[in-house]
Amino acid sequence: MSTRLQTKGRLVNRDRQISFSFNGKRLKAYEGDTLASALLANDQMLVGRSFKYHRPRGVVASGAEEPNALVNLGEGHRFEPNARATTTEVFDGLKAGSQNHFPSLEFDVGAINQHLSRFLPAGFYYKMFIHPRPLWKHVYEPFIRQSAGLGKAPDAETRDPDTYEYFHAHTDVLIIGGGVAGLTAALAAGRAGAQVILCEQTADWGGRAAVDGDEIDGMPVEEWIKNALQELESMKNITLRTRMMGAGVYDHGYVLCYERLTDHIGPSEGPRHRLWKVRAKQVVTATGAIERPLSFAGNDIPGVMLASAVRDYAINYGVSAGDRTVVVTNNDDAYRTAIAMLDAGLSVPAVIDVRATPDTPLIERVKSRGVRVMQGMAIAKVKGGKRVTGVSVCSQAGEGAVLEDIACDVVAMSGGWSPVVHLWSHCGGKLTWDEAGAFFRPDPTRAPLSFDGTPFVIAAGSANGEMDEGAVLADAYTMGQEAAKRVGATPKGAAPTAKDTAQAPLLPVWMMPQGASYKLRSKMWLDYQNDVKVSDVQLAAQEGYESVEHTKRYTTLGMATDQGKLSNINGLAILAQELNAPIPQVGTTTFRPPYTPISMGAIAGEAKGEIFQPLRRTPMHDWHEAHGVYWEPVGHWRRPYCYPQSGESHEDAVNREVVNTRENLGLLDASTLGKLIVKGPDAGKFLDMLYTNMMSTLKPGRCRYGLMCSENGFLMDDGVVARIDDDTFLCHTTSGGADHIHAHMEEWLQTEWWDWQVHVANVTEQYGQIAVVGPKARDVLQSLGGMDVSKEALSFMGWADGTLGGIPVRIFRISFSGELSYEIAVDAGRAQELWELLHANGQQFGVMPYGTEALHILRAEKGFIMIGDETDGTVIPQDLGLHWALSKKKADYLGKRAQQRTHMTDPDRWLLVGLETVDGSVIPDGAYATGEGTNANGQKVVQGRVTSTYYSANLKRGIAMGLVLNGPDRMGEQLTFLKTDGTAVHARIVDPVFYDKEGVKQDV
Amino acid sequence: MKKYSAFAIAREAARYHQGWERAWAKRAPKAKYDVIIVGAGGHGLATAYYLGKNFGITNVAVIEKGWLGGGNTGRNTTIIRSNYLQDPSAAIYEKARSLYENLSQDLNYNIMFSPRGVIMLAQTHHEVRGYQRTAHANALQGVKTEWISPSQVKKLVPIMNIEGPRYPVLGGLWQARGGTARHDAVAWGYARACSDMGMDIIQQTEVTAIKREGGKVTGVSTTRGDIACDKLGIVVAGHSGVLADMAGFRLPIESVPLQALVSEPIKPCMDVVVMANTVHGYMSQSDKGEMVIGGGTDSHNAYTQRGSFHHIEETVRALCETFPMLSRLKMLRQWGGIVDVTGDRSPILSKTPVDGVFINCGWGTGGFKAIPGSGWGMAELIAKGHSPLTDEFGLDRFVEGRFIDESVAAGVAH
Ligand SMILES: Cc1cc2nc3c(=O)[nH]c(=O)nc-3n(C[C@H](O)[C@H](O)[C@H](O)COP(=O)(O)OP(=O)(O)OC[C@H]3O[C@@H](n4cnc5c(N)ncnc54)[C@H](O)[C@@H]3O)c2cc1C
Repeated sequence: MSTRLQTKGRLVNRDRQISFSFNGKRLKAYEGDTLASALLANDQMLVGRSFKYHRPRGVVASGAEEPNALVNLGEGHRFEPNARATTTEVFDGLKAGSQNHFPSLEFDVGAINQHLSRFLPAGFYYKMFIHPRPLWKHVYEPFIRQSAGLGKAPDAETRDPDTYEYFHAHTDVLIIGGGVAGLTAALAAGRAGAQVILCEQTADWGGRAAVDGDEIDGMPVEEWIKNALQELESMKNITLRTRMMGAGVYDHGYVLCYERLTDHIGPSEGPRHRLWKVRAKQVVTATGAIERPLSFAGNDIPGVMLASAVRDYAINYGVSAGDRTVVVTNNDDAYRTAIAMLDAGLSVPAVIDVRATPDTPLIERVKSRGVRVMQGMAIAKVKGGKRVTGVSVCSQAGEGAVLEDIACDVVAMSGGWSPVVHLWSHCGGKLTWDEAGAFFRPDPTRAPLSFDGTPFVIAAGSANGEMDEGAVLADAYTMGQEAAKRVGATPKGAAPTAKDTAQAPLLPVWMMPQGASYKLRSKMWLDYQNDVKVSDVQLAAQEGYESVEHTKRYTTLGMATDQGKLSNINGLAILAQELNAPIPQVGTTTFRPPYTPISMGAIAGEAKGEIFQPLRRTPMHDWHEAHGVYWEPVGHWRRPYCYPQSGESHEDAVNREVVNTRENLGLLDASTLGKLIVKGPDAGKFLDMLYTNMMSTLKPGRCRYGLMCSENGFLMDDGVVARIDDDTFLCHTTSGGADHIHAHMEEWLQTEWWDWQVHVANVTEQYGQIAVVGPKARDVLQSLGGMDVSKEALSFMGWADGTLGGIPVRIFRISFSGELSYEIAVDAGRAQELWELLHANGQQFGVMPYGTEALHILRAEKGFIMIGDETDGTVIPQDLGLHWALSKKKADYLGKRAQQRTHMTDPDRWLLVGLETVDGSVIPDGAYATGEGTNANGQKVVQGRVTSTYYSANLKRGIAMGLVLNGPDRMGEQLTFLKTDGTAVHARIVDPVFYDKEGVKQDV
Repeated sequence: MKKYSAFAIAREAARYHQGWERAWAKRAPKAKYDVIIVGAGGHGLATAYYLGKNFGITNVAVIEKGWLGGGNTGRNTTIIRSNYLQDPSAAIYEKARSLYENLSQDLNYNIMFSPRGVIMLAQTHHEVRGYQRTAHANALQGVKTEWISPSQVKKLVPIMNIEGPRYPVLGGLWQARGGTARHDAVAWGYARACSDMGMDIIQQTEVTAIKREGGKVTGVSTTRGDIACDKLGIVVAGHSGVLADMAGFRLPIESVPLQALVSEPIKPCMDVVVMANTVHGYMSQSDKGEMVIGGGTDSHNAYTQRGSFHHIEETVRALCETFPMLSRLKMLRQWGGIVDVTGDRSPILSKTPVDGVFINCGWGTGGFKAIPGSGWGMAELIAKGHSPLTDEFGLDRFVEGRFIDESVAAGVAH
């Protein structure tokens, strides 16, 4: 059984006991424990079930590479699935539960799958469930889905109470990984004077060296770490962060780091995670190495663990994984585990070493303490169900004939180490195969390149393929100095030193024993979580899924939550063997960010709820809010849709607003309208190119309605342009258009007409804009006093500066409703004041505010087009009968040439008309007019469609505009519009102007 | 070819699965083919398959520079729907969707077409009107779609917050027979069927030049030597511009990165596909339990199959807002592909200025769903010179200004 040892444990505080629960059981831990160490201390080796076969799963590793120990963490709104127990720090009151089983972890009916495993080889689902077809949707897939997933889904109504934030940082050098290599690199770069950020994903500095190392600079490793930290902390140019993982490396030295601020203390105030966006001139990856499992039958039974993890638990946490540990290895390093077990007073019945005759100091040390070292041997199979009970030993060379059984409850395995090359690889760093170590390591000649073609990532220490302590330190110091040099600093000081213990070479062994039968191979796990076995990879190769990506996808190797940190190299070595190709030729799959999963909350940052996107408020926002507005989101703005009075439906409110505006007086908040100032000696010439109309001839003091087309000739925006003075125009755009029309103007100015003297400024938010509309519009302005707004002084399509009620304003006499109308621009800071003034003085004239829907109806009654309704990116001004706005005098304007193309000049186009239903009803939005028969693809032929359709409270009937084939030539003709329910509406083609055809009302 | 079935699995299990054949043969290229297809993505393979199946043309090679299905076909988020706005689009996407329905049986390879339904959310009044238009168009095009209310949306997707403070859900366009399929399986299934008809699938071989004589194609140069052909189909998605250049013409195409990501797997909680165009994101849950998420394209042109992280942020924000329960899930993996985008957001299936050279590209962010229909039409185009499915998608439309603008319907990448 696994239990807490007498020995202390480097990282736990034995003075502070805390309690947590697992599957409802209350258990004890010490401060500093990870959930995995705490579970092991409580004899909870079985922690979950695998994905496909629901095999029992135990803790196998001690860090980020753990594939098995995933738990449901917390509860309620703070519930988190798939939390990795090996990197979860225990706090008082933590609640965890195991995943992927029913009804319980101990007894799981899904485990039946393991007995069927022979019928469920890699890719079985591609070959099954094909017939009969309906069964896939109704039976097979639902069944597969039921068994999908690992962790529980959070409750549907979960609202995460925690907050998340971003940090933006710029630095010369970012060093990822706080083991001795990272610390050393930081010392090197820091002493040289470079600005450095050093981050470590765990809570502690020093990494593996504190467990595995002997001495650095003649002192115990732990003491050296303390000194190094002291020196680093004393340097102002160094920022140190623990619990911060380098998550992804992107182009141009952009690195994401993921800092976990409160996960280790449980629910608390302040942000839970922080996403750092670091711009680093140089990135040093000192991310260490990960031990590889070995492939032998039964290597997935709980109790089979990485040799390094077994000693980590003993040394770091004072926890034994079991009483009797058999070590199985192809290298010397695993002997450290035997020593650690012996030091902790535990038994090591044997070390099984596949190598024939190595003899080195480490092996000698183990032998001299009486441990049996079995050389040239292998594990034929592990015995046990939910826990290891022993191993059968065989010779590595043979086919697995059992020579001897050894009882044990832990198997500590080591297949060698692989550098963590993820962050090196994210942005295109290439790898090279290291024969001696049997691993891929960064190829320094093919590093990720920055914008200027120079390398910006440097690997250091074990991450760079150095596996001996002395070499690690030397390499890390050199690399730290190299990073400093590249940012222009001058290296100083000398590398720390350590004595390396001589080690015998590793023997690359990818399968145990060498001649294992299918039966054994189908019990050798490569990917513990996804249940991918040696036999699966072999099957993939046999069936021609030879590319490593095909093998991965066919078998799901490396696609689990650990992304193959333990399984990838072993899997591709098996594939290479099968294809009889060298491993480097087979290559690796692509390393993608993040290094380990990061929370969605952290990625989303602070942007949620009300501030999910920037909220743009007009200056009158609060007034609307106070007057019962119903909002409509328009881009990032909110605009009043209507102002329902008590008991009124939205529809009723809109009708009331429409009628009142026509009969009395309406106020519209038009502040969202885009306002672009175009200024300079060439402004007129520029606008002549942008608009289809002639703008250069506009007189100061006057306004002109203009159209803007894309290069392809399609209508993209419209609005009124006012000429302020000779050099200055004010261009109004649609509300949605302000930003992209501004960008459009800039693009042309910067890329094509960069020599024209024009500047554009977007002043949309500098002004509030109020449309005062209706027969009483002039009356209310006159009641405020300040300027002459008579027809004579301010005629239709003119503008003037002045004051109203003491507030400086600019008034445009333009109308989008067909009524007498003034659009008043006012400094944003005084807009609400003016609005309130107008509203108060307007009472006597029956004033009512109106919203966007009334605005739409009013303009539709007048047959005015609306960008986005009558246009959809395929409509040209000619389609809308806007020929009058297309200058014939100008040599060119954007879209002119495109409008001459054959399809655009086709006599048979869909053109704008009015539509009047025969029965007075409203045609549904988006309905099409049917034509005769079907086309070559069997679709019903259509001959037009509705573009705007409303109930007009003024006309007391449905009105619509639409685009109809040769429409204007077909006045009076009746069309059939099909509704989605199959019924039809009939409508006559009429003039699009429904109200005040002569236009007398606006020009009074 | 030995048939796949549950019985076959039982039979092979008894022999420890030693009897399974290669899914597709590994053959050396011949000196000459009737038709060469460049690019063994879904579209290239489907084109080859229907050339054989519908026209009996089997002296065909599909040449792939990497591994088959390794382009966008193996990177996409697998949304299948056909509720497009314009007639030509609805025709080809619906053809594809209906072929997907029986593709597993047709190919004898389970491509796991899962018609679980697709909702496109409307979160502005403008969007409501847009989707109502699409619904009307679809009814006439023979595409079954339906406008549904917010409460129906909530019932289909309990994890959705339909009352978000910024963009409350106003309804949705629902295509019940839309869904997803397993992308790799689509490529593998077609490849296996092509190989079975005697076609050669030549992987790890890059086409480096296109040979012409008197304005007519005669063959290609590859990293494994020259191969002659009578007709050539270029079906290389993001690299179309490069291949067109080899053939001496230009394309109105831009290549931009499109990214996607998945969460860690969780137990099933969302059975349909949801697309939210206003906030810009979409999501489905795979049969493995991962939440599969995508969003918009990068704004810069590139060939690196990774994108900029701020797009991931925007997408994740949008989805956390729409599905607040995502907040404590974790992103497992992000990746990108290079998509080939045209000005009108519609594909190009066309003859080219070079006699005998045909091109199929421009599927941009949404071509997985089109694979069977595109292959069907493209095969007809190559075999007969035209096809009602592809006629409207010719290159000449850019000269004539006859765009098939789907930007109304394809506001978000999918
Ligand atoms: C992140 C992402 C998400 C997406 N989501 C969806 C979705 O949900 N739904 C949907 O319908 N669509 C989606 N798409 C789009 C879809 O993936 C593509 O439109 C579709 O897969 C294109 O298929 P293809 O066969 O044309 O291209 P690809 O699969 O890219 O195939 C082209 C092939 O050509 C090869 N090639 C290139 N140059 C050469 C050469 N010189 N010689 C030989 N071979 C060459 C390439 O290696 C590649 O294999 C998405 C795309 C991405 C990137």
